[in-house]
Amino acid sequence: MTAATPDAPATVSAGRPAEGRRSAAFPRLLAMEWTKFRSVRSTVWSLLAFVILTLGLSVLFTWLTTSQWSKMDPTQQLAYRRDPTGNILGSGFVLGQLAICVLGVMVITSEYSTGMIRASVLAAPRRTPMLAAKALVFAVVTFVVGEIVSFGAFFLAAPILHSKVPVSLGDKGVLRALLGAGLYLMMLGLFALAIGTLIRHTAGAITGVIAFVEVLAPLAQLLPGSLGKHVHAYLPTEAGHLVAQSAPGTNDLLSAWQGFGVFCLWTAVLLIAAGWVLKRRDA
Amino acid sequence: MIEVHDLSKRYGAKTAVDHLTFSVQPGRITGFLGPNGAGKSTTMRLILGLDRPQSGTATIDGVRYADLREPLRKVGALLEARAVHTGRSAYNHLLCLAQSQGLPRKRVEESLALVGLTEVAKKRAGGFSLGMGQRLGIAAALLGDPQVLILDEPVNGLDPEGVLWIRNLMKALAAAGKTIFVSSHLMSEMAQTADHLVVIGRGALIADESVDAFIARSSDHSVLVRTPQPSQLAKELERTPAEGEADGVTVATAEDGSLIVRGMTAQEIGEKAAAARVVLHELTPQRASLEEAFMEMTRGSVEYHADLESQTGGAGAAGGGIADAVPPGFAPPGAVPPGAAPPAALPSQDRAEPAVPTSGSEAAE
Repeated sequence: MTAATPDAPATVSAGRPAEGRRSAAFPRLLAMEWTKFRSVRSTVWSLLAFVILTLGLSVLFTWLTTSQWSKMDPTQQLAYRRDPTGNILGSGFVLGQLAICVLGVMVITSEYSTGMIRASVLAAPRRTPMLAAKALVFAVVTFVVGEIVSFGAFFLAAPILHSKVPVSLGDKGVLRALLGAGLYLMMLGLFALAIGTLIRHTAGAITGVIAFVEVLAPLAQLLPGSLGKHVHAYLPTEAGHLVAQSAPGTNDLLSAWQGFGVFCLWTAVLLIAAGWVLKRRDA
Repeated sequence: MIEVHDLSKRYGAKTAVDHLTFSVQPGRITGFLGPNGAGKSTTMRLILGLDRPQSGTATIDGVRYADLREPLRKVGALLEARAVHTGRSAYNHLLCLAQSQGLPRKRVEESLALVGLTEVAKKRAGGFSLGMGQRLGIAAALLGDPQVLILDEPVNGLDPEGVLWIRNLMKALAAAGKTIFVSSHLMSEMAQTADHLVVIGRGALIADESVDAFIARSSDHSVLVRTPQPSQLAKELERTPAEGEADGVTVATAEDGSLIVRGMTAQEIGEKAAAARVVLHELTPQRASLEEAFMEMTRGSVEYHADLESQTGGAGAAGGGIADAVPPGFAPPGAVPPGAAPPAALPSQDRAEPAVPTSGSEAAE
């Protein structure tokens, strides 16, 4: 060490206020994740697309159903009468939920593809609190937007359906189903976020989520006998969407909340795995 | 102060960082030098807790990066690869980082002004040029007014004005007592900026000393001698130490039979040859540029250490000065036919060292 070291050690910062203020850190990470979320145009656009697509499809399908009512199969009519709310929501959500899947994946994989993850990890080197903050921000957003969409779809579509199947907010299970639809979308978003964190690549992760949501269910039904029925019932989205129905289906193995609980468990396990992997892997 | 102790990192079978130990002192610019693929970026990533080492520790003022509560207030980092979401504006990028550390919005504006990006603050970072992206990275590094700065190839993509700006910025920060650790693969850049050098090759430490000492050692010159009696001249030159030369003389034989003499001027060699009645066909002073010396020095340094240890029982292990690391048969690239192995290391035995390319060891990049 022959080089000059002019008046150096004096400026080494001692006793910064950083230490011992752990509780303040998490709200800061929430603020960070909220800024990240709202400041990227693609997330805002996908949410808007989700709202318009889901509302539009719900209204369109309900209108088609009422106009075709007399030509419909009696069993289909029965299904509508048993659970009008679930049918209103289901028609739009089948496609709309895919936007939430993509968004949930992109919230984390876009950080990997752009390199932002390195800045994030430098700012929050313990990593898992960052993932927790990201999950919480995204959960709140998807829940709020999900509720707007589910109540919106109901209030737009119920009057159309009224002449065939009268349904109101006060009917048994309707309010639960509408709240449940938002919860389902929230959990679906977290499910996608967890898979995105595990896989890190956008295309791969979206494929993985879509496989769970759209491919595994029909496959499971091909399994023989009660095995297929049980596997199918416990798949994440098959179990999860029960909470968005106002009345149980004739073949449902799980109740609405049991089903949602199963979905929560799937998501929790995947999120814990995602946090563990995020902490261990090179960023 | 940054302290790195016995740090190692492997990616699969490739060793990117090989038992590195060094420290970076505050109040001066420490240049981190090595050819591409030497492990500079990996070492910086290990210090910053982005990668997990296989062994060893890296601490900043005694604390691992991952244990820092408000890391951006303590350490500012510019990584070689971009770390910005392309869809986010420069302002929002810095804002989210500021929020994570509890820094006020004012700091975001100050940092943008400091790097000269105020006018494009609301533009998407994806549309930035290489130089603007680099400035944004530097703004992020300076955001928390950190005590320690770790900059990986900061002048990459900057125009001459930008290069000068970053040089002066680093000097000012070092003068203010901050710890500056800056990597480069360009010796010339470091010679103008750094006070102290940490040099690595293939992940292992080659030198840790002041720039002045480094230059003094690596820019010594050699003389190319062609003679029909090489062994006789070599004996003659090595037998008698030159006057005023404490360290004696080394003579190496190049593949074409010419001699590379170090530690003696052309005049002295000519006089000695005349006294010994040795015919000379050529007597040319060779002067390696700093850049060439650095490249020769870092090439194949690991093999050299291994060989030396087996010959001399461990003397000159990694961590020694440059003299240990420079192959004794070092010659300017011009003296060796292209594609040929470097000249034999010792005059007595014709040991040829393969010129191993050092690139490709940094697999993760």
